[in-house]
Amino acid sequence: MKKVITGNHAVSYGALLSRVEVIAAYPITPQTQVVELLSEFCAEGKLKAKFVKVESEHSAMATCIGASAAGARAFTATSAQGLALMHELLHWAAGGRLPIVLANINRAMAPGWSIWTDQNDSLSQRDTGWMQIYCESNQEVLDSVIQGYKIAEQVYIPLMLVLDAFVLSHTSEIVDIPSQEQVDRYLPPFKPKYKLDVNDPHAFGGLLGPDHYMEIRYLLQKDMERAMEITKKADIEFKEIFGRSYGVIEAYKCEDAEIIMVTSGTVTSTARTVIDKLRERDKRVGLLKIRMFRPFPSKDIKNVLLKAKKVLVVDRNISYGLGGIFFEEIKSVLYYEDKHIPIFGFITGLGGRDVTPNILEEMIEYVETHDKPEEPILWKGVKL
Amino acid sequence: MKIFNLPEKENMRPGHLACQGCGAALAMRYTLKALGEKTIVTIPACCWSVIDGPFPYSSLKVPLFHCAFETAAASAAGIRAGLDIKGLEDINVLAWAGDGGTFDIGIQALSGAAERNENIIYVCYDNEAYMNTGIQRSSATPYGAWTTTTPVKHYKNRPKKDIVAIMAAHRIPYVATASVGYPDDLIRKVEKAKNIKGTKFIHIYAPCPTGWKCKPDDTIKISRLAVETAVFPLYEIENGYKYILNIKPEVKKPVTEYLKMQGRFRHLTEKEIEMIQKEVDFQWKRLLEKCNQN
Repeated sequence: MKKVITGNHAVSYGALLSRVEVIAAYPITPQTQVVELLSEFCAEGKLKAKFVKVESEHSAMATCIGASAAGARAFTATSAQGLALMHELLHWAAGGRLPIVLANINRAMAPGWSIWTDQNDSLSQRDTGWMQIYCESNQEVLDSVIQGYKIAEQVYIPLMLVLDAFVLSHTSEIVDIPSQEQVDRYLPPFKPKYKLDVNDPHAFGGLLGPDHYMEIRYLLQKDMERAMEITKKADIEFKEIFGRSYGVIEAYKCEDAEIIMVTSGTVTSTARTVIDKLRERDKRVGLLKIRMFRPFPSKDIKNVLLKAKKVLVVDRNISYGLGGIFFEEIKSVLYYEDKHIPIFGFITGLGGRDVTPNILEEMIEYVETHDKPEEPILWKGVKL
Repeated sequence: MKIFNLPEKENMRPGHLACQGCGAALAMRYTLKALGEKTIVTIPACCWSVIDGPFPYSSLKVPLFHCAFETAAASAAGIRAGLDIKGLEDINVLAWAGDGGTFDIGIQALSGAAERNENIIYVCYDNEAYMNTGIQRSSATPYGAWTTTTPVKHYKNRPKKDIVAIMAAHRIPYVATASVGYPDDLIRKVEKAKNIKGTKFIHIYAPCPTGWKCKPDDTIKISRLAVETAVFPLYEIENGYKYILNIKPEVKKPVTEYLKMQGRFRHLTEKEIEMIQKEVDFQWKRLLEKCNQN
């Protein structure tokens, strides 16, 4: 059934169709509509879930963790400060191997207060052991919730799907809402290998001495590596049932491209139009969308970028003291290659400033006219 | 001859890592006797996250989920929700936290869970300081006590937070104090809590010989003195207003008898002890008034 819905409601429908069993959430702009609609679904009896209306995001994640450990499919959604408050428990969920799915609406971190989009909230959680998927459209948002459980529950690693504040969260698009029957065929009920069970009592998360800790973390990394293939498989299976797929990356017009622009989130959609326009002028430019950020699709990225002469990365985020986060990750992926490709790292659109087609076009012009970047960070749009 | 009629089945094994004379270990033993096997426990950072034993061991015979320091109540609420949605409503969910995890860092999550009236039993075993990290003051540390962060020259100069009143103010169905010195009373209260739906809060007095600088074999004696001096009275509050006094000492003993058994109060002068006595008398009078109002 096709409906015109916001990104936030796409999240809610994704959770509904995934038959989540426990929801714990705390309101924060721009996430509120996600939980408002879920509250209605629960109140109407459309969704048979326990919705725990907690007093903070910290408790939201703690409650999801408890519920998941008890064997229930758990869901939450948050944004920015809320995600930061959860930080300790993001480690707990991943370290505890609990396949919770969280929707994070990308919002810039305070101070000063900002409710507008950038990626520093989710990217600051890079090393918590969560998988991360960045979405470009409301359809992808809905589909990624469902895929999220499919992936997370196979590897016992929690998954965060990320969508841009307002650009997706509050923007309505046509979304094909799958039928429950289709989703049930794709996503089996959550039956964890281990759970809190009075008939099989165990202690979870007890003191780990130096003799054991490292192995437990090694296994988490190994399963993160496994998650890459499982994600690809889950995406193929998704296509078989729903007719759509996304990949862990998407290479757009990259085959013969001399310059490849790397993006994530909704900047990707803007970039598509820029690439199309420049292609009409016979410019050999392409676009690489990074959908999965953790685990990082290093091989897939390398396979695409090695064909290019120059690469430019658009970051709507910053690791203070170094540079754009996607930029740094992509540089490290290409380090061991014999072919040296100049990589240009642009930072733009922080705190929700528009990333227009013109801005992206100017970036490409800069790359065309320079052999290498003049600065480690190429700022775009700073008015100082 | 049986003095008490306590459940014989043990749900805690020997071999745990508690110090000698640990009140917290006794508290768990009695609580699980009352709750039985159909119980899931969640424990945040506290002495008990060590007492239970390191991976892969556990001294409890029931499932245990170690949770983050400030999340005992929220984790228990999550476990409850997870069990309920699976139709396992008959399983007890026990949040088991120390005084630091309850009075201080965990009070927000606890207040949230209590306001929602989550169907959990929350036990705070109170040894009156951060004992697991080496005896640092908490807001449960009583006036006058030495700890490693309140040295004798700057002893704790604020009263113990009244957590029971705070919990009663949430108008939850059941709040009680209990003591390892009175196992029959403690077990009766846990059994009572087990049969009430909603949030149950039990504040258990649990001496710590290591931190209080007292003899391990005096744990019970000190626990009973705490009640006999009215330093830690045993009472219940139903639905936030109905106060019930459980034990009323015939002759209230002077607090000095209680204080002198513990090295943490050794530095106190007679004048300071007199002040503590006055405060205990005042609070005792207030409690009796509340109980008599019913």
